Amino acid sequence: MGVSINWLRKYVDFDLTSADLAHKLTMAGIAVEGVEEKDDDSIMELDLTPNRGDCLGMINLAREVAAITGNKLQIPHNDLSNEGTEVNDYIKINIQDTDLCPRYSARVIKNVVIKPSPDWMQQALINSGIRPINNVVDITNYVMLETNQPLHAFDYDLIGEDKQILVRRAASGEKIVTIDEALHELEADMLVITNGYKPVALAGVMGGHDSEINEKTTTVLLESANFNPVNIRRTSRKVNLRSDSSMRFEKGVDPNGTVMALNRAAQLMVDLADGEVVPGIIDVYPAPIKPATIKLRTQKVNRLLDTSLSTEDIQGYMQKLSFPVTRKGDVLLVETPTYRPDLQLEVDLIEEVARLYGYNNIPDYLPLTSATGGGLTAYQIFRDKLRSNLAQNMYEVINYSFINPDAFDRIMLPDDHILRQVVKVANPLSEEQSVMRTTLLPGLLSTISRNAARRNYNLSFFELGAIFIPSQGNLPQEKLKVGGIVAGSNDINWQKVRTEMDYFYLKGILTGLFTGLGIKDVVYQAGSIPGYHPGRTAIISCRGQELGVLGEIHPLVGENYDIKVRACAFELDVETMFNLVTPNALMESITRYPSMERDIAVVLPEEVEASQAIAVIKQINSPLLRGVEIFDLFTGGNLQAGFKSMAFRLTFQSGDRTLKEEEINPLTERVIQLLESDLQARLR
Amino acid sequence: MLEKLNEIEKKALEAMAQAKELQELNELKVKILGRKGEITLMLRGLKDLSPQERSEFGQAANQVKDRIEKLVAQRINEIKARDLNQRLEHERLDVTLPGLPINRGGKHPLTLINEEIRDIFLSMGFAVAEGPEIEKDYYNFEALNVPKDHPARDMQDSFYITDEVLLRTHTSPVQVRTMEAMCPHLPVKIIVPGKVYRKDDDATHSPMFQQVEGLLIDKNITFANLKGVLMLFAQKIFNEDVKVRYRPSFFPFTEPSVEMDISCVSCKGKGCRVCSHTGWLEILGAGMVHPRVLQYGGYDPEEVTGFAFGMGIERIAMLKYGINDLRLFFDNDKRFLQQF
Ligand SMILES: [Zn+2]
Repeated sequence: MGVSINWLRKYVDFDLTSADLAHKLTMAGIAVEGVEEKDDDSIMELDLTPNRGDCLGMINLAREVAAITGNKLQIPHNDLSNEGTEVNDYIKINIQDTDLCPRYSARVIKNVVIKPSPDWMQQALINSGIRPINNVVDITNYVMLETNQPLHAFDYDLIGEDKQILVRRAASGEKIVTIDEALHELEADMLVITNGYKPVALAGVMGGHDSEINEKTTTVLLESANFNPVNIRRTSRKVNLRSDSSMRFEKGVDPNGTVMALNRAAQLMVDLADGEVVPGIIDVYPAPIKPATIKLRTQKVNRLLDTSLSTEDIQGYMQKLSFPVTRKGDVLLVETPTYRPDLQLEVDLIEEVARLYGYNNIPDYLPLTSATGGGLTAYQIFRDKLRSNLAQNMYEVINYSFINPDAFDRIMLPDDHILRQVVKVANPLSEEQSVMRTTLLPGLLSTISRNAARRNYNLSFFELGAIFIPSQGNLPQEKLKVGGIVAGSNDINWQKVRTEMDYFYLKGILTGLFTGLGIKDVVYQAGSIPGYHPGRTAIISCRGQELGVLGEIHPLVGENYDIKVRACAFELDVETMFNLVTPNALMESITRYPSMERDIAVVLPEEVEASQAIAVIKQINSPLLRGVEIFDLFTGGNLQAGFKSMAFRLTFQSGDRTLKEEEINPLTERVIQLLESDLQARLR
Repeated sequence: MLEKLNEIEKKALEAMAQAKELQELNELKVKILGRKGEITLMLRGLKDLSPQERSEFGQAANQVKDRIEKLVAQRINEIKARDLNQRLEHERLDVTLPGLPINRGGKHPLTLINEEIRDIFLSMGFAVAEGPEIEKDYYNFEALNVPKDHPARDMQDSFYITDEVLLRTHTSPVQVRTMEAMCPHLPVKIIVPGKVYRKDDDATHSPMFQQVEGLLIDKNITFANLKGVLMLFAQKIFNEDVKVRYRPSFFPFTEPSVEMDISCVSCKGKGCRVCSHTGWLEILGAGMVHPRVLQYGGYDPEEVTGFAFGMGIERIAMLKYGINDLRLFFDNDKRFLQQF
């Protein structure tokens, strides 16, 4: 909201530059975003917090300036009399729904001449972002800007034969065309101003088109009412209409300010529209709202703020804000004005004290609290380790938690797949962000796709984040997953050492990860997972619990993401991993006796998996066999089709002696026998 | 005899001095000192001499032998050193060629900042609390003193799942969840990092971003304590001589509420584009926990007080790394990620 400094000066004097005033207001909680210097004026742009809607009115803003500077507030003088009853011959006013309209004040001004308002008024409106219309409408807007009380002017002759106003809830389906010429179909909880039969205004939001002020208007019915903030907010949202009026009512307008604004506007219509005020005022206010009294304890102020203010000091601040105060010892009884609905509790007044005392004058020191454990939980430490471990070889990414539902087609999930059961966002920004992810894979694939399109090579990314599983009648289940993806090969280099970032590259990273985290006995089993290559995918488990998947991305999925090279990915459940961590084992002593190696190469049927062969070798069940490594693997050549050659290095070692050939040879023999008998192996 | 000996020595020394290869030297050594070498043979012919002469000649011959052997050893060392130097000279590398590419990785800049912030508060004795990203309206708003239809809900346009369930708009719901879990124990001393969601998407707003929230509740926690903790935080995360200022603000869940500005990290307060020429940068919101929020958490506001603060991780990361576009954080371009 733009505020003219010249206009502000009409209500309070101050000896400050616009920049100084802006600074002082900001430091007192009325944020000034900027000051625009004009030839003969400065316009402050205010960024008001929602609790200070009152400062949308110049006079209330001037109160703040008065409190800051200690100067006196000058409210515009008005000697319009409320005496007389003639107005009752013009109009009858009734409020049916007083819960939504606590007060309705009105006057009638006759013989007005509609013409443009004077330049100073037009300029004032323009500075505040309101378009001038004609003198009568401009006066209502000007007074609203001045007092924060929205006003509405009806053409008296156009409100209907009965000359009455009835404020009531709309009937469902009732219609009104507002001043902006939009037709609204109303709902039963919307408040309308009617002429007894049909709506003539959408209460507090906008007037009706049929009774608006026009160049032929001679008699004005001027409304100054108070409406329920919540109801105005709902109506304004439902009809999608935010006006200067609704914006003010939403934030709360002083119910005790209607008459002052009404009289001010009526007087201006005399002065600027040649009008004649019909004697008397109509003021329907069945249950007047009284200012509340809040107890403010000096000790509480000082205990919360760490200040040492005296009761007199605090009383002084209340008086600067012109709040009536009664003192009882070290307790002040503060009457909070009805134009400040934000002041409800003692702490609200303590904030008033603090902001006038100056936040920056309050001391600062560290708290003395009882000791706490603090620190991270084991699970939090585990996640840190997980992240640090992967970050050695992969770049961490952060993707949005919401995805496009078409991602499930793109990763080729069958129609009835469980991961298609999603948590939907009811009001997404777009279809692309309309469902909560149930897997990290689409985000990872998009990351590869985007990077590849920008000709970034050697891609290796991981993400740690939640997925969301719908849960009946409860909050969705959030599961933390870690996913990774690689594509391409390492950067070109002059030594021609090229590493394809393939299944085994990624498996190597995972092997290092599991070792680093202390997760032992991890098993990779060939499996079939939608979205992955049917022959190059493993289900990863540990001690019977499934951890997740590792595999090459299905070429069709790659195509769907415009990825032209082979990509491999994994996705694991973090909590399951955490639960499988083996606590640090005790150190195993390092033997000083030498190890002995035996290499054996065998020809095996192609379908025999490495893990199977190693399991068979380990059947010799000898504590001397310390390790089995595969050091060679090939097919083709002079091998028969359907067979492969695999070479193993067996490492034998004892903790208490140097091994002899005679001990090792029978073991090696036994290994060969087992491979032959169990796997139809042939020694090469 | 002696003359002959001297002759042999002279020739041997000359030949050895000229020898260029190890093999040559070894051959010379055998020829002179070996079992069939010239000196050995001469010594064998001594049996015809008198004991006196034999002794004198033997002594002389042994001295010659010693001298030759010493020279041989010296020459061998010389030649070995020469050969080694030649080899090393030959093995010279172009040390400016690049090393083998090792596939590196790294944490996301937001993770790095998150950890940095977290470590500062861990060192002050805070614990880390967490909560769901999809949250009940009750925890996200109501228990934080934001009833339905409160204008403050406009400050945070939300993504809803149902009328009562939404994507949390801030990490503050974890305040109430933690209080509920801990009440009546004191102190409650937590930070809450996490993803939050608001219905906004432009150059300065992302529909998903990250916050860190802090909460300290105990007997006698004051506004000065809030300032003390925030000051220490600002000094640690930015630098020792950062200046801070506090402005009154409004959050429904704190009262009094405050916004903390730091002196611009870019211009040190002189005024520049980064700080819109004000010299100050807004970095976090905070305040004393609202009595109603304490009550929702189960605590008696007459007995305990507390402060809470919250900040956007992206904002801190942008200031610390000089990142000018929020969208880069979620674009995940390798050329961006590998800079941190
Ligand atoms: Zn700056």
